[in-house]
Amino acid sequence: MTRTTRLVILLVAVLLLGATGTGAVLYAADRADRRGQEQAGGPPVHTGTVALRPAAGGRQLLVRNLAWGPHRDELATVPADRPDGPRTVSGVKCLRFHASAGTGICLQAEHGALEDTYRAVVLDADLHELRHFPASGIPTRARVSPSGHLAAWTVFVSGDSYAGTDFSTRTAIVDTRSWALEDNLESFAVVKDGKPYQAGDVNIWGVTFADDDRFYATLATGGRTYLVQGDLAARTLTTLHQNVECPSLSPDGTRIAYKKRVAGASPDAPWRLYVLDLATMTETATAEQRNIDDQALWSDASTLLYALPGDYGSDLWTVPADGTGAAVRLMTSAVAPAYLG
Amino acid sequence: MYLADSRSAKPAHAPGSSPGRGPRPPGPPPGRRTPAVPGTVVALGAVSLITDISSEMVTAVLPLYVVATLGLSPLGFGLLDGINNGVGAIVRLAGGHLADRGGRRHKMVAAAGYGLSALCKPLLLLAHSLPLIGAVLAVDRTGKGLRTSPRDAMISLATRPEHRGRAFGVHRAMDTTGALIGPLAAFAVLRFAGGPVSAESGERSGYGAVFAVSGCVAALGVLVLVLFVPPRIARPADDGAEDVAQRSDRGAQPPPGLRDSLALLRRPQLRRLTVCAVLLGLTTVSDSFLYLLLQRELHLSTALFPLLPLGTAATFLLLAVPLGALADRIGRRRLFLAGHGVLLLGYVLILSPVRGAPLLPVVLLLHGTFYAATDGVLAAATANAVPDGRQGAGQALVGTGQALARFACSLAFGAAWSLWGGRTALAVTAAALAVAAVAATAVLRTTDDPPGEDRTAHGRPTDERPTDDRPTDERPTDDLEQPA
Repeated sequence: MTRTTRLVILLVAVLLLGATGTGAVLYAADRADRRGQEQAGGPPVHTGTVALRPAAGGRQLLVRNLAWGPHRDELATVPADRPDGPRTVSGVKCLRFHASAGTGICLQAEHGALEDTYRAVVLDADLHELRHFPASGIPTRARVSPSGHLAAWTVFVSGDSYAGTDFSTRTAIVDTRSWALEDNLESFAVVKDGKPYQAGDVNIWGVTFADDDRFYATLATGGRTYLVQGDLAARTLTTLHQNVECPSLSPDGTRIAYKKRVAGASPDAPWRLYVLDLATMTETATAEQRNIDDQALWSDASTLLYALPGDYGSDLWTVPADGTGAAVRLMTSAVAPAYLG
Repeated sequence: MYLADSRSAKPAHAPGSSPGRGPRPPGPPPGRRTPAVPGTVVALGAVSLITDISSEMVTAVLPLYVVATLGLSPLGFGLLDGINNGVGAIVRLAGGHLADRGGRRHKMVAAAGYGLSALCKPLLLLAHSLPLIGAVLAVDRTGKGLRTSPRDAMISLATRPEHRGRAFGVHRAMDTTGALIGPLAAFAVLRFAGGPVSAESGERSGYGAVFAVSGCVAALGVLVLVLFVPPRIARPADDGAEDVAQRSDRGAQPPPGLRDSLALLRRPQLRRLTVCAVLLGLTTVSDSFLYLLLQRELHLSTALFPLLPLGTAATFLLLAVPLGALADRIGRRRLFLAGHGVLLLGYVLILSPVRGAPLLPVVLLLHGTFYAATDGVLAAATANAVPDGRQGAGQALVGTGQALARFACSLAFGAAWSLWGGRTALAVTAAALAVAAVAATAVLRTTDDPPGEDRTAHGRPTDERPTDDRPTDERPTDDLEQPA
């Protein structure tokens, strides 16, 4: 084969492969465009004022709106008693969100020239930015303490090595009164099974607050997960129970709703929704039989709210916390719920 | 001095120089520099660059894809790594061994490896669960294991021994360039395809575009290999460009069996090199642990964390060629040892009470310098310790030994961290590295390739018995003592 022949073959291949790649990108761009157009039969959406205060019209449910259209990914409110009703969108885009007592934590992406970066933004009751903090990975969990004073967030980070499959998490807590930041909860002293513990593979995620000092979270090490109780002032994490992920503390502070890895489940869908009684450490399975990968939210003292994959990303479902009843779909095309009031 | 060395070494040791031909008639005229980096090496570098763009595109978006699009929690995903490392080691040995079994095999085995990895990219479009993605990544890694040794063997065969350090440096620099471009390319594709964020939950087409483009890029890499890497590697400046592979075929020996490949370790020079690579590998803290320690010790913000590997890679990229060339001048083993000294200095800096803004860039600079002074340099040193016909198996033995040792170090380091804490674990590793470096110096000082070295593997016909070079090997040359 002469050099010219080889160069011609290369040129033809570059053109063919280039066309294939361009085609794939254009196809994807077209699909993305369609997500920007309202879907037929989708929930009615109108712009309006969204504030993190109890509204006059009663209790509100705030979600990240996933319905196709120009307001996809924006924070939206619906009346808590009419979740299928019209959505009021805010213009503020968040990947993950939570709010309490007039403070919001919004994890959002910033589109840079070369790549996207992420940041955690603390919002006031009018959804105005108070402060923002850089986040070093993909947002996954966000919580505000009942008082509105503390905000926590978890992101996934991953190495840049070849075929790097080692993921880890970073969890931060900020005090919105002093703006003191705990950048990485892995620096807290760990007490595991009553003894001090240290390891290079410790990961923390999914904070849920009891008050302005005490919180619960998941700690993973050596291939196991633990429910830990955290003390912000003492900077300690103490293990309480095994096989608990993404804890969510009930409003009365007595129970934890969480993801449990169950034996015999497919490795692809290992988690079921459980509730742990903190006084007795007894576990109760909920009636939800499907795989759950969300930090559940207590919509009242006895009901859990959580996301499951749906036609337009994800839908929100509810199930009683005591193991009775059945799972019911509350609303479609929504994720990251928080109740106002 | 450099030119003088390389030329003076030539007539005395050139393997194929038949008496009638004179020293090197078809070579460049005296006084003109021969191309130190042959076209084949540049072609292989281009293949690696293109392939690394492709694979790093996938690596960069995979977590985002898994977490944001598939909605899966990837923790514990790393458990597969242990199994993959073991399989990867066996595949790498097999790749090196197979590549040596006859004339065109290097290219064929390498093409199979690159091809296998290329096929995995479109397969990712179909894999929607963690076990399936894990399986595809395992196949991808198998391809990487398969191609590494034949590729390094081809670089060795294509380059005159006295230029191998620089040739491997050029290859590693191109390889790292690809690794740096890959993530940028991936985000550009995501941007054009509608943005990564709106792709969350349920919408996969943006990532589909990344995987598709990555597959196209990988296919291009395979094509460049097929078109521009000669099936039989010729060493251009090697008097009359005689075909190295042909020369080894001419011996009419049966292709080396598996036992023959392992018997390479009976060659004292290769054995010493392997022992040192393993010894030093056992005391080399993995990148992820090192970055984690840096973050903890220097109290780095988590936002800075993703930039740490970039610092190492950029230094590696910039220094790979100059340090490779330096290795050719002062001796590869010497530079390999010096590189570990630089790494040790980095460890000591992290452990020392010295703090301040310049510390982080200095440590990353040392870390990147360590890679530039050891990665390609070890391959070049290996190349000079084995005959042409066994380059694949030789590269595989040393490379696999080093990789397995580093993996063992990772496991031990993780356990030590749990027992004593990260700082003490690093102190212990640093002490072990110092001991290992002293031991390696003692082991390697008995023999080394002095400037313009062309005596060991290429100083004799390649079809001779592997153990026949003992006299060469035991020769008391020692560039650790002699100034270059």
